Amino acid sequence: MFSFVVKRLAVAVPTLLLLIVISFLLMHAAPGGPFTQERALPPQVLANLEAKYGLDQPLWRQLVTYVWGIVAHFDFGPSFIYKDRTVNEIIAQGFPVTLTYGSVSFVVAVIVGITLGVAAAIRHNSWLDYLAVGISIGAQVLPNFVMAPLLLLTFTWWLGWLPGGGWEDGQWQYMVMPVIALSTSYMASIARLTRASMLEVLTSNHIRTARAKGLPERQVILRHALKPALLPVMSYLGPAFVAMITGSVVVDFFFSTGGIGRAFVDSALNRDYAVMLGITILVGALTILFNLVVDVLYGWIDPKIRY
Amino acid sequence: MAIDVRAMDRLAEGEVKGRSPWADARRRFFRNKAAVAGMVTLLLITALALFGDALAQWSNEEIDFTVMGQAAQLGQPSIANGHYFGTDDLGRDLYSRTLQGTRISLMVGIVGSLIAVVVGTLYGAVSGYVGGRTDQIMMRIVDILLAVPFMFVVILLLVMFGRSLFMLFFGIGLMSWLNMARIVRGQTLSLKHKEYVEAAQATGVPTFTIILRHVVPNLVGIVAVYATLLVPEMILIESFISFLGLGVQEPLTSLGALISEGARTIYYGTTWQLLWPLAFFIATLFSFFFVGDGLRDALDPKDR
Amino acid sequence: MMNKLLLTTVLSVGLCLPAIAAQVQPGETLAENQEYTYWLLDAIKSMDPQINTDVEGSGILRALFEGLYNEDQNGGLVPGVATDHELSDDKTVYTFHLRDNAKWSNGDPVTAQDFVYAWKRLADPKTASEYAWYMELMQVKNASKIIAGEAPVDDLGVKAVDDHTFEVTIEAPLPYFPKMLTHASTFPVNQKAIEQFGDKWTEPGNLVGNGAYLLKEHILGEKVVMEPNPAYWDNEHTILTKVTALTINDENAALTRYLAGELDRTQIPAGQYPRLKQEYPDQAISVPQSCSYIYMFNVDKEKGPAALQDVRVRKALSYAIDRDIIVNNILQGGQAPSYNWTHAATEGFKLPEIDYAKWTQEERTAKAKELLAEAGYGPDNPLKITLNYNTSEAHKKIAIAVQQFWKGVGVDLTLNNMEWKVHTDKMQNQDFEVARYAWCGDYNEASTYLDLFTSYSGHNNGKFFSERYDELMKQSKTAADPNPMYTEAEQILAEEMPMAPIYQYTKVEMIKPDMRGLGLNNLMQNWYLKDMYRVAN
Repeated sequence: MFSFVVKRLAVAVPTLLLLIVISFLLMHAAPGGPFTQERALPPQVLANLEAKYGLDQPLWRQLVTYVWGIVAHFDFGPSFIYKDRTVNEIIAQGFPVTLTYGSVSFVVAVIVGITLGVAAAIRHNSWLDYLAVGISIGAQVLPNFVMAPLLLLTFTWWLGWLPGGGWEDGQWQYMVMPVIALSTSYMASIARLTRASMLEVLTSNHIRTARAKGLPERQVILRHALKPALLPVMSYLGPAFVAMITGSVVVDFFFSTGGIGRAFVDSALNRDYAVMLGITILVGALTILFNLVVDVLYGWIDPKIRY
Repeated sequence: MAIDVRAMDRLAEGEVKGRSPWADARRRFFRNKAAVAGMVTLLLITALALFGDALAQWSNEEIDFTVMGQAAQLGQPSIANGHYFGTDDLGRDLYSRTLQGTRISLMVGIVGSLIAVVVGTLYGAVSGYVGGRTDQIMMRIVDILLAVPFMFVVILLLVMFGRSLFMLFFGIGLMSWLNMARIVRGQTLSLKHKEYVEAAQATGVPTFTIILRHVVPNLVGIVAVYATLLVPEMILIESFISFLGLGVQEPLTSLGALISEGARTIYYGTTWQLLWPLAFFIATLFSFFFVGDGLRDALDPKDR
Repeated sequence: MMNKLLLTTVLSVGLCLPAIAAQVQPGETLAENQEYTYWLLDAIKSMDPQINTDVEGSGILRALFEGLYNEDQNGGLVPGVATDHELSDDKTVYTFHLRDNAKWSNGDPVTAQDFVYAWKRLADPKTASEYAWYMELMQVKNASKIIAGEAPVDDLGVKAVDDHTFEVTIEAPLPYFPKMLTHASTFPVNQKAIEQFGDKWTEPGNLVGNGAYLLKEHILGEKVVMEPNPAYWDNEHTILTKVTALTINDENAALTRYLAGELDRTQIPAGQYPRLKQEYPDQAISVPQSCSYIYMFNVDKEKGPAALQDVRVRKALSYAIDRDIIVNNILQGGQAPSYNWTHAATEGFKLPEIDYAKWTQEERTAKAKELLAEAGYGPDNPLKITLNYNTSEAHKKIAIAVQQFWKGVGVDLTLNNMEWKVHTDKMQNQDFEVARYAWCGDYNEASTYLDLFTSYSGHNNGKFFSERYDELMKQSKTAADPNPMYTEAEQILAEEMPMAPIYQYTKVEMIKPDMRGLGLNNLMQNWYLKDMYRVAN
């Protein structure tokens, strides 16, 4: 297993490099630069700016300097738009926020989703099953940019229960709406996956055996059915976790949480090259990491899998 | 947005046997009420999207100047003024806009899914059939690409090259062929040693022809299931892109764009601007999910 | 040899008192709660006066720093760090007298050297400020050469005669020079703090300012918190005890939060003003703001479309736009339909007679059809043209409406929405046919608008050239009364129609009824936190 992890991490490095090169070239191919603005800058001012940020260098040199900065000093460069800040600072401020509400959403989605899925599978073809399937498909297809304003309208404006946005270091009342908006569709996916695989496991031979032995149903399900049923769900969780972090654009947009989702879209629109690259690399690295974690967990749950 | 990849793998590993698997599958599919209901709904929506314009009294871009600016008071759905679904903020007819948006969304979903299917099937089939080092390299590339956060790449592409329907399809197709390729490769590996394939090899049929004639046709079942489930996913992705303001150009619209507009003005009492397109959106996605699930169950040999 | 002038005689807005600090009116009692929370669309990009480029940032900088002059409630100049100034006979040397009680938040006195340092910093190529051109616009001596790197920074025409006397030499007389001094990029900065903390000097705790407020907290994309600065020379008249600016990207969400009581001031989304005015008559406001919205035509000989070379086509396109529908049915926020370039409320500006402004829309549309027919376009040969606009709900709505107006006169308009950077880039490279454009005045004087259409302007993206126009604008710089020249320049624009004016801005906002001192009558919409207060209901 150790060598498997090492091998995977070794592949991660060229993957990230490739990602950097592609994003870097894409960005520079785009019309407009970080200093393009409605009031065109006089050529000499623009030249001064480009000299300051090294944008007057040939592309390949900029790329090499950039990659070297990361490798040698873990320095992702300065922001071209938020000039008082470096990319490291912007990520250091936004990422913990996103990570916090992303993780909470993830936990909520997993717990609620699995419970719902298992309940539906046990009571297959009952009203509970239909309700669970209905809710989960409904939740899955309701985009979160529809849900967010509806939540605001309900909890902030009509009921006045929750503040309409902000982060305030993650106090719970500021987290409720972001978590609901973010977790719902993943919760639904997890519920559907769990239900499907649970149904399958419940008809399998080893469960029939367990039941035949006269084990209580509760024990059959918790001890024998749940673990194998969760296997297909596991493979979904890695990408889901990363998606929750990247999907935070909507949450940041409506609830002003100040996470990196919004920062990424802004940086793309503003041509804030360094911030955009920094966040892309971060998300790429997370994707690789979580896929790896899932694979390791997979082997732990199902020892039959060999690396 | 989950597609049960593992279930697909399992399906891919299984061999479809029996005298008339397609007839069996059809029978099982039509016994599944949800799937049939989904298919009927889908047909109705498609028919409405394609031919519903005949009933429209306004085009999708005409502004009704008597309503413009007072959408909240005068724009509600009404048979009398010909706005069956009401109007948007500018006084444009929501009925014809919803139909037109449905057309775009369906098109994005289907074309995006087709791109994924074509690229993924060919890539997977070639990789699986050729095998050896080629297979290893091709699959390693897929693994690498799977680690790239593709939503980011799509946003980048749209920002960088401006928006167009082509870019949209391209970007969305780009995101989705990878899993397809993996599934198809697995299936191909098991097909590779079938007698008819070996017979073709023995008679000297060129490799690419074998892939196209003998391998790909036998992948149709699994590809169909995957493609059906991919369509709603594509539509969801398009709606997110529209929310970011990077969707199709006005006066064209999509369901995602309409919903996003409707959701932003939900505070102002113009609920029909959200509800009509949302109803079409949800109905379409529901149907695709049901049909896809139905297809999978119908084609899954384990359920026999 | 120096001509002592009182500040008030230089500036035409009459002011009887040195109106400084919050002016609580007789009969008003202050509320107990003096906290104020307002809305920001985007995160503040920089708290550095010489680096900041945007309007929202300027609002905060006016609280954290204080320049030579401030603006009063109506936009007239009032003393800031400078109490008054003298102007030399040839009108090129300004000598500012600084108050001796102005202090930095670290206790150091604010001196003329601080201004010298800040102004040189703005022009210095090493600072690479995006607003370095403002020094050129102010015509400070040698600014252009310094920015271009052709002269050392020390050649800039600024001098600290002594601690409290700041002297500026400009290259040519500029009647509105003092008005330009309220701009945030001219604010002093504390050399010691900058040298000590480098790029980190704008962080809360590090930032040393001379304004009425101190930066307490700045969380990018979430909020900025400010509290009164006890070292400020006029701190005893500062009333608001805590000011919070919240970043909310969605204006509809911001409005919801305003209505839920979380904000004291927010923008009203396009089209919502009438309803809110009815429901909250004492909170919904609409006041003129110095910005002008146009569709610019690309008349560049090489890159522009051939059709737009024909003035008849340009006129027809402009005539066919029903501006009343745009302001009354789309924007609905009291904006003024516009038939000229300069914002009509600009100080001293006299609107010329523009014939088509007085026609009815039917007459304009008829004339448009006639002109298009003359130019050779008709039902069998429709004019095909493309409009570029950047992503925004209001721009989109206007573009869609214009598409319909132009369809009415047989013009086939393709809409091309792009995100802002692409839009701007294309405009600046003359890669467009018709493009949405807006300009906000830098100062309250018509030349801030009219200079744009001179052949030597860097912002004349449509490449409209008129010798007479250039000549007028050059003359206006030295004229005793430039306004007749401005009027004639506007007439040339109406005759040549290098752009179609559409509307002139208003600021449309929801403001809690107990807020005072917001300077809403100031056309530039520059407000000062130190002037604000809340009254008890």
